Amino acid sequence: MSERMIVATRKGLLQLARKNGGWSIERTSFPGIAVTAALHDARDGTLYAMLKHGHFGSKVHRSDDGGRSWQELAAPAFPADAAGNPTLFQIWTLEAGGGEPGRLWAGALPAGLFRSDDRGGHWSHVSALWNVPEREKWFGGGYDDAGIHSISPDPRDPNRVFVAISCGGVWDSPDAGESWTLHGDGLVAAYMPPELAGQKETQDPHRVARCAASPDTMWMQHHCGIFRSTDTGVTWTQLKLPVDDFGFAVAAHPSDPLTAWFVPAIKDEMRVPRDGALAVARTRDGGKTWESFRSGLPQRDAFDLIYRHGLDVDATGTRLAMGSTTGSLWVSENAGEAWQLVNAHLPPIYGVRLY
Amino acid sequence: MAELHFTSWLREIVPNGPLTAGGDTVGAALGHVFNELPHVRGYVLDERGQLRKHVCIFADGKRLPREAALSQSIRPDSKLYVMQALSGG
Repeated sequence: MSERMIVATRKGLLQLARKNGGWSIERTSFPGIAVTAALHDARDGTLYAMLKHGHFGSKVHRSDDGGRSWQELAAPAFPADAAGNPTLFQIWTLEAGGGEPGRLWAGALPAGLFRSDDRGGHWSHVSALWNVPEREKWFGGGYDDAGIHSISPDPRDPNRVFVAISCGGVWDSPDAGESWTLHGDGLVAAYMPPELAGQKETQDPHRVARCAASPDTMWMQHHCGIFRSTDTGVTWTQLKLPVDDFGFAVAAHPSDPLTAWFVPAIKDEMRVPRDGALAVARTRDGGKTWESFRSGLPQRDAFDLIYRHGLDVDATGTRLAMGSTTGSLWVSENAGEAWQLVNAHLPPIYGVRLY
Repeated sequence: MAELHFTSWLREIVPNGPLTAGGDTVGAALGHVFNELPHVRGYVLDERGQLRKHVCIFADGKRLPREAALSQSIRPDSKLYVMQALSGG
């Protein structure tokens, strides 16, 4: 099981370690600066932190010594000829490029996709996705512009890449970003006029997670519900949770394609846990039935919301970590059934990752 | 040579201020700084070469409008301050 985690927060990057059955903060890097995405690259142990200075733009930092020291690298940037004259607002997600050594993918607000093939030393803008004609229908979900928050290289073929965009639907490239196909049959957007509810390029997938051992299986927390795909995101089936099916985060079991976790909240005009009581929902049968777990989580007066990257499961499927908008961090050692509070006084948490 | 002061928020990026630079405009003076210290550019300008939204420049005691800041004429004895705009938090 994972014994470490990185936590990306509004006020810096935290590194935690598990000792004697409990978790504690071992190091804080970039204190005071927003860390919008972070990655531990399991291929070589490198740590990456994507910073957003309030005034001075987005920056990329890399550590080759486990976080003791950091080197600033060139940040992704939209090229001068990019249509619409975009400027980078923030990096929203960072993913390792699977079997392609040194490759990284960064998703941004606005919805630019960037690729590095040298561990972040240089970045190239994936212009083919920026130039799809459907982009003119994309729009922001919680931000001024549409953004890319989920990137998933296929474990079987690192050149096949899936991305999800709020609000711009789900896209698949078979050739490392040279060409793109829009998918999303079955997704439904209640925020659109009825005749446009099924329009693929205006769907708002809040987050998509893929089963590592069964890569055709994907789970989606959408603005308007929870969906599952068993054909690599081409078609989706809506799943019914007992009460709330709004939220942002989803974690897919690494080996069991029937198991996933979500963190429901009252839907979009509220975005808080129902009755002030936080719960984690789990299915183990592909979404037919659901269990709701509350042990160790606040059950009154809680306003905790779990952002898109705020829930993670380790490679065993047993240990999970979860961080909230109000700065609480929990760990579960039994597949989400009970939770242990690590700290309730952290900055707003953007992302957690076990490693 | 104009004198350029950078906000203390950037002391790790520009540790040895104030700097001096030639040039007839704010943009030209900054350009000389960026030639010497290329990594500073991305902290002051965006990828379009525009002054970042939440960076402001004062020239000789006057805050410059963002859109016109880089083209503002300066004197050889001008004092420039590159500051964080509080609109950025």
